[in-house]
Amino acid sequence: MDNKIDRRQFLKLTGLGGVVFASGLSGWANAAKKTGQDEFHFVQLSDTHWGFNGAKANPDAANTLKKAVAAVNALEQAPDFVVFTGDLTHTTDDPKLRRARMAEFRDIVGKLKVKEVRFMPGEHDAALDRGEAYQEFFGKLNYTFDHKGVHFIVLDNVSDPGASLGAAQLEWLKQDLKQMRRDAPIVVLTHRPLFDLYPQWDWATRDGAAAIALLMPYKNVTVFYGHIHQEHHHQTGHITHHAAQSLIFPLPAAGSVPKRGPVPWDANQPYKGIGFRSVEADVKRIDYKIAELPVPKG
Amino acid sequence: MRHVILRWPRNVAVLACVLAITATQALATDEPVIRITAKKFEYSLRTLTLKRGVPVVFELTAVDRAHGFNLPDFGVRSELLPGKLTRIRFTPDKTGEFVFFCDVFCGDGHEEMSGVLIVQD
Repeated sequence: MDNKIDRRQFLKLTGLGGVVFASGLSGWANAAKKTGQDEFHFVQLSDTHWGFNGAKANPDAANTLKKAVAAVNALEQAPDFVVFTGDLTHTTDDPKLRRARMAEFRDIVGKLKVKEVRFMPGEHDAALDRGEAYQEFFGKLNYTFDHKGVHFIVLDNVSDPGASLGAAQLEWLKQDLKQMRRDAPIVVLTHRPLFDLYPQWDWATRDGAAAIALLMPYKNVTVFYGHIHQEHHHQTGHITHHAAQSLIFPLPAAGSVPKRGPVPWDANQPYKGIGFRSVEADVKRIDYKIAELPVPKG
Repeated sequence: MRHVILRWPRNVAVLACVLAITATQALATDEPVIRITAKKFEYSLRTLTLKRGVPVVFELTAVDRAHGFNLPDFGVRSELLPGKLTRIRFTPDKTGEFVFFCDVFCGDGHEEMSGVLIVQD
């Protein structure tokens, strides 16, 4: 079954996914005003690729992350936390340069005015040294945390250069899930899609199906991820998967062009396809209101 | 463009604009051998044409570091390690154009490391 769903279709599925979309800053400003014990919101930033240099794709690459940080800081209400879903830095074979990029990235995002920032690696950060440099700067590759009754699970599907979670991490996931009620609200954060979005472009996790099988008995699971540099929504059974836009350049829709590559920068529409995401969580109803937000052009 | 056309019924007929790829008789069978080397960030061929239903043997070698060879439309994949020859017997069972690519992250340019298999009747 093809579970691909477009935005319009997805709006009709709010009963299944518990997700409502808002578009643009005004939509989000309204959505974010209410926060109580059972409500919170977080911001997802993804695929910032700090260190990328390619004027055709993004001539403002040196400023894009800084603008995104400023945009988050300018939100009407500060999020409870910010999460970066991988590819914080652009890859390099030079271990010193990799660490220099990570240090610069950390300095820039250190200006976020939020209580908590969560990280996870992308393959550009961690695949060439199996996460060695990443862990020096940002800590564990996979971990869990809880926030206002929601259990967050961060999965690493990138430090193995072959894009596998691996048997040890799958066992770790299994043991973690054992502690959870079947109706507990669970959010999975990861970099690559756990399902086979488009294997022809390597948009998959080799053993992602095993993770989905472990998650499937749990009624309220939502996945937020990055990697594909565009908004995308999908369901595997009752589990919803939401890909975020990139903060460096967009990629074309799966299979829409012969070769995967950055969508060229449009000088008439700078920052088109580049942005970040706010998510408002209603813990009681297990609803996630998603708003895709732009990066200011100025 | 690097392009190899393997014609049939001739065992070995290769039109190659370049390369480290040759089609020869396999040692133990009549199946042609397609030799492909992988290095950052390219395969020794970018296009390969085969006949549907006609088996071949891929002989794959990595030159500089670990790479991958993934042909997802046919469920074919292997990790390629330097110094190790990987053989895959392959019979295309459908026609069309299909992507093969490196699925072991190998650095800046990894996303460009791919080729096209054309299968004809």
